[in-house]
Amino acid sequence: MRKLWIGLTYLVFFLLIAAPLGKMAIGAFSEGFGGFWNALTRPEALHALMMTGLVVIVVTLLNTLFGIMMALYLVRANWINRRLKGLLNSLVDLPYAVSPVIGGLMIVLLLGPDSALGAIFEGIGLKIVYAIPGMIIATLFVTFPLMVREVMPVLQEIGSQQEEAASTLGARGWTIFWKVTWPSIRWAVVYGVILTVARSLGEFGAVLVVSGNIMNKTQTATTLVYQDVENFNVTAAGGIALVLAAFSAGLLLLMEWTKRRKEVQ
Amino acid sequence: MNSLLRHKGWTWGFRTTILLYFVVLIVLPILGVYYNSFSLGFGNFVESISDPIAWKSVLLTLKLAIIATLINVFLGTMIAWVLIRYHFIGKALLNSLVDLPFALPTAVGGLMILLLLGPGSLIGKAAAALGFEIVFHQPAIVIAMVFVTFPFVIRAVQPLLEELDPSEEEAAYTMGAKGTRVFWHVILPSMAPGMISGGMLAFSRALAEFGAVVLVAGNIPGRTLVSSVFIFGEVESDNPVSAAAVSVILLTLSFLILWLINMLQMRGRRS
Amino acid sequence: MHVEVRGLNKHFGDFHAVKDVNFTITKGHLIGLLGPSGGGKTSILRMLAGLETPDNGEIIFHGQTVNNLPPQERGIGFVFQNYALFKHMTVFDNIAFGLKVKKVSKTAIRDRVMELVELTGLKGFEKRYPHQLSGGQRQRVAFARALAPEPQLLLLDEPFAAIDAKIRQELRAWLRELIERVGITSIFVTHDQDEAIEVADEIMIINQGQLEQKGTPWDIYKEPKTPFVATFIGESTLIEDASEVKGFKGAGDGKPTKALIRPEYIEVGNLHEFKMASATEKGVVKHLHFRGSEWLVEVEVNGHKLVTYRSLEKETLQPGQDISVLVHRAYLFNDERSWIQENNLKEDPMPIFI
Repeated sequence: MRKLWIGLTYLVFFLLIAAPLGKMAIGAFSEGFGGFWNALTRPEALHALMMTGLVVIVVTLLNTLFGIMMALYLVRANWINRRLKGLLNSLVDLPYAVSPVIGGLMIVLLLGPDSALGAIFEGIGLKIVYAIPGMIIATLFVTFPLMVREVMPVLQEIGSQQEEAASTLGARGWTIFWKVTWPSIRWAVVYGVILTVARSLGEFGAVLVVSGNIMNKTQTATTLVYQDVENFNVTAAGGIALVLAAFSAGLLLLMEWTKRRKEVQ
Repeated sequence: MNSLLRHKGWTWGFRTTILLYFVVLIVLPILGVYYNSFSLGFGNFVESISDPIAWKSVLLTLKLAIIATLINVFLGTMIAWVLIRYHFIGKALLNSLVDLPFALPTAVGGLMILLLLGPGSLIGKAAAALGFEIVFHQPAIVIAMVFVTFPFVIRAVQPLLEELDPSEEEAAYTMGAKGTRVFWHVILPSMAPGMISGGMLAFSRALAEFGAVVLVAGNIPGRTLVSSVFIFGEVESDNPVSAAAVSVILLTLSFLILWLINMLQMRGRRS
Repeated sequence: MHVEVRGLNKHFGDFHAVKDVNFTITKGHLIGLLGPSGGGKTSILRMLAGLETPDNGEIIFHGQTVNNLPPQERGIGFVFQNYALFKHMTVFDNIAFGLKVKKVSKTAIRDRVMELVELTGLKGFEKRYPHQLSGGQRQRVAFARALAPEPQLLLLDEPFAAIDAKIRQELRAWLRELIERVGITSIFVTHDQDEAIEVADEIMIINQGQLEQKGTPWDIYKEPKTPFVATFIGESTLIEDASEVKGFKGAGDGKPTKALIRPEYIEVGNLHEFKMASATEKGVVKHLHFRGSEWLVEVEVNGHKLVTYRSLEKETLQPGQDISVLVHRAYLFNDERSWIQENNLKEDPMPIFI
């Protein structure tokens, strides 16, 4: 009985994860290492990877900052009414419930060339949809809950007494945050950063809708994979996908390591 | 300088910035979708929805998401059980591999499935010889959904099993209960909350999934066109109102599920 | 620091946690805020510290209203119930925190911290982290940390609640001595009356958000101002109708009046032990408990069960024995007032003048 269950588990993992991964790796090298290298060094591939990198950096920075502050407010702020806090708290999870495509659609509807806001921005020469700003906004939307949800439980667990103690000892806002709060939440923040990087690296639906997937302009690594598949260029798609998968696996390892650090704390 | 920094205006401005960021980024777009789909009147909304391609895509999505969820509840519970209760070689590795579908870009997941099961592959050929097709048909969509929602149930059930007091089980055995009986009456009920909440999360994610599905589905209206892909198509063909109408249905469904999960968790915390 | 509080009120939602509290505290005194859990003691303390904002009322330190001052500027030290030590800092860094914030020079910080480490008996533990210390040691670190910036007022929230009973006793004496030596005005919150009586110069009894009575432990014990204080402090037995007790007939001038009787108000013994036999009443010994230094005697009188103590020097009583009981005085109260009354039969009806 026991052996059967373990065997079944291995089988599921093999079929669902190992086999597809392996097959993709083989596919990426089906034209030898040269084919893999060519797929990666195509100008559009390099540009797409650069775009992905840019989006990841900007989004991670913004959402880390705002996510930590939002978590602090939702847990600590006494200037927000309790009911309002409950409402805000449940609103944080909304992006989880929204399909990325719909997330992208929202931004097109709100800021697209046909919308009032979009027209205003276009008037001052700022293109949002089918350009970088839109892609960043879409990814910000999708990844917003990650940091907040990592930091909030830690803040709740440590309680506010250490911070109050610091304030009775004469410390003010920033000093309290850096000297008292930060050391307790830093591993949760690191974990949140990894999650945000992983998610923004892999974001596809929202970006595809918002970016218009214009080669060498708004194409990211994931939307390039999509386009390669649509063009039946499976080897090239496999090359890019393999790089993305390797990156994700690295992030996963980092996550495991951080999780252990978090538990030690 | 210091007194300038401590001025109340700064605090106020800071707080407003954070809350505005939140409202503009999260709340406003969602309201925007609802607003847009009803902007041309309710009649127009109904018209968009009564387009057979639209409502069939919603029904198909629901059907496939339910199948994928059921598969995942079963597989996930089994794997959670094996990973907690048994010790074997490679356990730690499997345990960290569980999260891979979360870490992997969904488009990469879709590509992986496409390559493994596609017409050119070994499995694809074998299936074709047997007379049924996988990729570009419904089974592929289900597989893609199972893949991207794989971790949910496992991660929801594991902590419950870890907490389950072995003495409870032992007590049942000492009272002469047989293995299967203990499983149905002691173990399963304590795993149930995780199976339900994990299953609901998986379901809502499966409803919303786009990246993995768009690559493996044939996207034939009425047969393999799921709603998220339908929405994408409508946006591409510059028909945002119809896209918004289907989005509203999908969104409302997801919000309901999210709300249900919240309610369940709150009840769980109270009891 | 001279502390004055006027008309203090605080609501948490619909819950009226602190109701119109007024008091003044003389410089250098050690005050115990005593009362049942959830009575509003901690809220008062937190408002004094500036961690909570009063709905209305005034808090005055040294004749200056501090309502609008944040905790940082009130010049107070606060010791939290669970100490709230900075868990990622060593003992040294914990104590030095308040001084570092004030930008005191490094050598001055060193000197002050070492002085406090010495004073609190923590020498040799400076490099440890809070999780490497025992409960009592953490408590001492919390004191040292609060005292380091030389506050004018020390506030302590249930300082001994998280410590073993045995060490608690020791720490109480230590705290009392330490505060005396430093000479700082201090207020501590406790729900333990022994603790308040033993440590405090003055006690304030807080119940359901109200200040019931303020005074020295002896005054409060001797003359409780409200029925709550009378029941809360010391042991006592409640008698629903005071006039049923011999010697208290007509108490309350005909109004229904209740009586609280403390063990030391009662004398029991064989009839010959009493000088004033006419004031005594018949009773039966129900139970005897040996209490190490005396007997605890439960007697039944007219269907009421009373409790008292009896010296080991006197004749030993037996359960079931008929004895005489004299109630010297009782704490009486009705809807209008409360007062202490002596047994009116004890006044000798025929005084003999020599």
